[in-house]
Amino acid sequence: MCQECGCGIGGELSIGGRPASAAHSHSTHHGDGHSHQHEGGGGAPHTHAHDDATAHQPGRQTVAVQRGLLEKNQRLAERNRGFFRAKKLLVLNVLSSPGSGKTTLIQKTATLLASRLRVGVIVGDLATDNDAARLREAGIPVVQVTTGTVCHLEAEMIAKAAERLDLDALDVLIIENVGNLVCPAAYDLGEDLRIVLLSTTEGEDKPLKYPPMFHSADVAVVTKSDLAAAAGFDRAQALAALHRIAHHARIFELSARTGDGMPAWIDYLEQQRASAKC
Amino acid sequence: MHEVSLMENAVRMAVETARASGGARVHRIRLRVGAMSGVVPDALRFASDMVCQGTPAEGAQLEIEEVPATCWCAHCAVEFATPDFLGECPHCHAVSGELRRGTEMELASIEFS
Repeated sequence: MCQECGCGIGGELSIGGRPASAAHSHSTHHGDGHSHQHEGGGGAPHTHAHDDATAHQPGRQTVAVQRGLLEKNQRLAERNRGFFRAKKLLVLNVLSSPGSGKTTLIQKTATLLASRLRVGVIVGDLATDNDAARLREAGIPVVQVTTGTVCHLEAEMIAKAAERLDLDALDVLIIENVGNLVCPAAYDLGEDLRIVLLSTTEGEDKPLKYPPMFHSADVAVVTKSDLAAAAGFDRAQALAALHRIAHHARIFELSARTGDGMPAWIDYLEQQRASAKC
Repeated sequence: MHEVSLMENAVRMAVETARASGGARVHRIRLRVGAMSGVVPDALRFASDMVCQGTPAEGAQLEIEEVPATCWCAHCAVEFATPDFLGECPHCHAVSGELRRGTEMELASIEFS
């Protein structure tokens, strides 16, 4: 899948076609004088003040850390969220496996909203800017993030990509994540809504096979409903799987190609945008 | 999942913590990984040696505490083990989607000198 998973295939990260070698800076926030409490069981129950290194005696010590492995991304995502909220943008993070119809759905959504809401898009892919080119041809402002080796988008990439869009001229920002049902689930980008797609051509049990992704969805969209019959799609089974894993999610069934089911989806986005504006 | 980069984060945080406490070497890294986190403990173990190489955590032991998923039953006010994101309370058989534990990916503690 990518170097992060160990396979080592891929290129460099670039945003809008430019290399972004600084995109992985590792800032630290230590030295700010905070303390950690020891867990029971292991060491003695006392606390360390981290700015007082001289207090330690030689020999091995145990210190409880209790920090999330993705806390840096989480922090940057919250910063994005605050920034986007101040701009009164509705931000969607669109996720699915490759080929589930993310780009087509985004293109149609932007076109249908065009008379009322201005939509901009950030597109993530390992390589090529084919998806961005498709959207650009449709007259949609778009920035391509080419992740190179990384199989998901991170909050920091979104912050950099967003600088290249005129956000004041937008009402809705749609982020098309890298096509992958595993890794992107763990990375908050600062979105308002997480939209996870399940196409009728890819099997009803996808939610059961990739539970963290579907569980993280605020909205689940069954796409390519026009192909359901040809693909032998078992709608009841798919909805049962979604209800089990993404029980809290709003579900839409549509075909971006024929337009079937699109009005309900568009109405929903307009409502969400109205509440984001408050 | 992206276990290599998660392991890199863990080692970076471990080394930072040890240094901030006046340590030079990390001897043990304890992680807490939830059953519903999507992270594969064996893949973390596989990544560990490679990621620790050339850092103050080289040779450190990796311990992974696997946290089972538990849901909360509001009616019975109990936590119960669940096989996925939707669990059935063993007492009242009501279905609960309120996951209390099982999504952790944390650096729990380190041992250093």
